[in-house]
Amino acid sequence: MTGLVADFLPALRDPAAPVPRGLQDGSGRPAGRRFNVYRNNVLVSLIEALEVGFPAIRSLLGDENFRNIARGYAQTHPPKGPLMMRYGQGFPDYLAGLRALAPLPYLADVARLELALRASYHAADHIGLTGDDLAKIPPENLENTRLYLAPSVQTLRSAHPIADIHRFALNPTSPKPRPGAQDIAVLRPEFDPSPHILPPGGHAFLTALTAGQPFGNAAEIATAAAPEFDLAAMLGLLLAQNALMKKGPRT
Amino acid sequence: MFDAYTVPLPARPGVGYKPQHYAALMQDPGSVGWLEIHAENYMGAGGRPIAQLRELSNRFPVSVHGVGLSIGGEGRLDRDHLSRLRALCDWLQPASFSEHLAWSTHDSAFFNDLLPLPYTNATLTRVCSHIDQVQDVLGRPMLLENPSSYLAFADSTWDEPAFLAEIARRTGCGLLLDVNNVFVSATNLGFSPQSYIDAFPLAAVGEVHLGGHDEDADDHGAPLLIDSHGRQVADPVWALLDYTLARSGPRPLLIEWDTDVPDWPVLRAEAARAADALAYASDVHEMCMSCDSPELAR
Amino acid sequence: MSTPLKTAALVGAVATAIAAHGTAASAMEKEKCYGVSLAGENDCAAGPGTTCAGTSTVDYQGNAWTLVDAGTCAEIDLPGDRMGSLEPLDRDLPQT
Repeated sequence: MTGLVADFLPALRDPAAPVPRGLQDGSGRPAGRRFNVYRNNVLVSLIEALEVGFPAIRSLLGDENFRNIARGYAQTHPPKGPLMMRYGQGFPDYLAGLRALAPLPYLADVARLELALRASYHAADHIGLTGDDLAKIPPENLENTRLYLAPSVQTLRSAHPIADIHRFALNPTSPKPRPGAQDIAVLRPEFDPSPHILPPGGHAFLTALTAGQPFGNAAEIATAAAPEFDLAAMLGLLLAQNALMKKGPRT
Repeated sequence: MFDAYTVPLPARPGVGYKPQHYAALMQDPGSVGWLEIHAENYMGAGGRPIAQLRELSNRFPVSVHGVGLSIGGEGRLDRDHLSRLRALCDWLQPASFSEHLAWSTHDSAFFNDLLPLPYTNATLTRVCSHIDQVQDVLGRPMLLENPSSYLAFADSTWDEPAFLAEIARRTGCGLLLDVNNVFVSATNLGFSPQSYIDAFPLAAVGEVHLGGHDEDADDHGAPLLIDSHGRQVADPVWALLDYTLARSGPRPLLIEWDTDVPDWPVLRAEAARAADALAYASDVHEMCMSCDSPELAR
Repeated sequence: MSTPLKTAALVGAVATAIAAHGTAASAMEKEKCYGVSLAGENDCAAGPGTTCAGTSTVDYQGNAWTLVDAGTCAEIDLPGDRMGSLEPLDRDLPQT
């Protein structure tokens, strides 16, 4: 019986490998192409998972190009566990490593944005901190108050306009991307995450909050990173998108 | 021995839940008796999938159907995955938990498919020990499903119904009888599906599955049916269902439709056809209760 | 920044943010209660039978573009992306 996996694995992984011995049809003839049903199930289900998980990359590359690249990834990066919702974590790096994709240097970051959207989609729910809650904090305590980001908040930085590219890829009637770096926060008001372009200093502010800096320090860090940092606008975005959480992360 | 009548799923048609049917189901909750979910899709921390499942579970009995535990795997069961299953069952309190007679994991590599097993004493021992562990961790009996077979192992020394019956006997687990899988395997391996049903321990069946299959061919041009779950249940499978239910009595019946998922009315019509089969079976089985055959009586 | 000034700035920003956006609850749009997952799902269906991608032995490393299937990247024009287009890399293509 120890032969089962030893025989199956190489044949599942390599379409050119011979069909394992001892597999047969109902009359004892060699199984032959019947084994291909399993080869296909394994690989095609992974390719389809990547298609669902990376719709913008698929649109950017075209269906057939995407499928071929996804097949290469699936063959070399089998899932590490049974949750398909987690499959594809290495896909951005894989895209970045393909020489033929060098003319599209933004692809890997767009794929990272799609992973961030997925992570946000499945992240834990939270009770949102409201404007009323903020208004109740005594002014003298504000500086040392800690603000907690919701578990569904994800941040990214890119040298490319990835939010614009992502939007254009999924809806080609939207404005064409214009050059420029973009900092992004993925925010999920209730169940639907979406990318938001952060204003100057916004990424530094969110990073400082995540690192546990109190409100006052985080505002200072953001202003140091970008003198034009607009704290009111940043807070407004977080409140409107329900991106702050009422309690500490582990309560 | 597992008693099918302890499964708190109603002997009515259910459907495999797909998120695109959420609104239709909530508006039309009387259309099906229960829902089945794939466990692995509800193991995220939160968000819409969990919220929808919470809402649905207030309206419908829910069955949790695992597809990634690799009960037939050669190694140990994945403890992390077992813990996730337990956490899901703990908060959801599903009416039933089921998994497959198959393997999909080796070391840390997961093959996203239900891979076949040789029916040997060694496999039997291993599968039984894994089922003992699952039932122990979950604190409930599970149902084990018969696979769709595309090939056979020369090493097998058991036939499938006897193998499953022995697993149920040793572990106290129940069985999930997928009638489409029986038809697919019977066609692919050239045995009689009715004989398979005759040999199957129907008293241990807590749930019956139905789904559509595709047709392909092997190297010799012989039909090779694929368990695609991508279309209506085929007529001969409905006939095999009638044959089965006449012997087992009514059971919770599930329509599985996982690929090319149709709009709700199409799936609802399949569930309605399953309801007709159950009503018919109920009449036939009642007549059988008074006849002599003990297998038919139970 | 001295603490009283800092406090005043923070208080001002909070007041402005609340005035502009109200509370999160009132500003939060009620989302539609359905939707399709952003990730592949697990299921127990079998795939496309005996002839498909799983049995192809072409070693595809992304260096043989199907240019007729070029995708939306062809319409994106950013500096440094060679006009956005996928280009056939002749040196990687098999000699025919």
